[in-house]
Amino acid sequence: MKAARFEFVRAQDATDAVRRLQAAGDDAKICGGSQSLGAMLNLRLVQVAQLVGVGHLESLKTAAMAGDVLRIGAAVTHARIEDGDLPDATAGLLPAVAANIAYRAVRNRGTLGGSLAHADPAADWVSVMCLLDATLVLLGPDGERRMAASNFFLGPFTTALAPDEIVLAVELRRFSPQARWAYRKVCRKPGEFADAIGAAWWDPVHGQARALIGALSSMPYVVEGAEALAALQHPATQTAAIDRMLDDAGLDDAYEREVHAEMLRQALADLNTRRGAVP
Amino acid sequence: MKVIALHVNGQVVSAASEDRTHLADHLREHCGLTATHLGCEHGVCGACTLEIDGAPARSCITFAATCEGAKIRTLEGFEHDPLMACLRDAFTAEHALQCGYCTPGMLITARDIVIRLPQADEARIRLELAGNLCRCTGYRGIVRAIASVLAERRTASPAAKACHAA
Repeated sequence: MKAARFEFVRAQDATDAVRRLQAAGDDAKICGGSQSLGAMLNLRLVQVAQLVGVGHLESLKTAAMAGDVLRIGAAVTHARIEDGDLPDATAGLLPAVAANIAYRAVRNRGTLGGSLAHADPAADWVSVMCLLDATLVLLGPDGERRMAASNFFLGPFTTALAPDEIVLAVELRRFSPQARWAYRKVCRKPGEFADAIGAAWWDPVHGQARALIGALSSMPYVVEGAEALAALQHPATQTAAIDRMLDDAGLDDAYEREVHAEMLRQALADLNTRRGAVP
Repeated sequence: MKVIALHVNGQVVSAASEDRTHLADHLREHCGLTATHLGCEHGVCGACTLEIDGAPARSCITFAATCEGAKIRTLEGFEHDPLMACLRDAFTAEHALQCGYCTPGMLITARDIVIRLPQADEARIRLELAGNLCRCTGYRGIVRAIASVLAERRTASPAAKACHAA
């Protein structure tokens, strides 16, 4: 399995990457760590004339707090997040999730921005950024624009990125000390894409209450609001509330419903008992 | 085709490849370094695992042209590495290979486990090995070999540590 012919060019900076995308029309792709794209190219599910490399750009590798906001560069690798190489604004959520993405050899190269731009519905960062409704910072010919994750993901492997736009960074608001989170997934084998994801986040100081089921055939299904989260958590209403989510997410297969319901039940239980939890 | 200059095992190696050539093919076909094996060629099996800038990586989903300026270390580059010598001995003692196809990737991953996770128990070793497939199903021997090197490093006095240097 060998990739079809393409030309690789190394961008000099983010603006240069955008320029090269513009010049290539619709026939180029950004390449960060190539851990998803490389497989897709080898399988010839993707064929493009040009790859524009950005994984080496220092400006995309930084992660820092700016006031109350953590800004993570698009080329920050999963391994760096796993190892705690950036400020902990999420009570351990990001490192815990990163540690269970694929395998260490993949995490050493694969990038946050690449994963989000690839937009595999079963990818962990897709679910996490939908849960937290993170802000994506995009760069195009007309400069930067910001977009909520809920608007960024349009469908499986489909985002709001224009053909000449790149992901620059992801921005997350620092959790309050009272915040709780939970994240559960089931994979047939450790490191594989999840069969089902269930997650929840509650930050009373910032008025955030959200839960989701992920690893669907399309984008994660999110419910928000204190009332909705309370209905999911209360024993008397939980079954009906989860059933409604499964219905609204379009799940009809009995096994699919059960495995997603179970991950969400486990996440909701974790939310009650611990500040942050991942299996 | 264009000439790609890579730092491989401490030397600059220049060879011509197409941009689409992945690092494993480039090393095997154009640099004469055949310790790196290819199984699935889409990042799942781990046979092609080598080190890029000191960290394990999949050379089948990393393109050679993207590695200019990076330091590549293949299994050949570990010939005189004391820790890899310990792992080779342990793999022999514990019968951690049969056909040997997965072994180069297993050794790179094993060395990373020993250095990065000195307290790893059997369950953690098995979890870390999830990204390296052995189809002779020799995991029991592989896990025992890695566990024995970890145990040796935990108990040996620093001066006496045959497996100390990393």
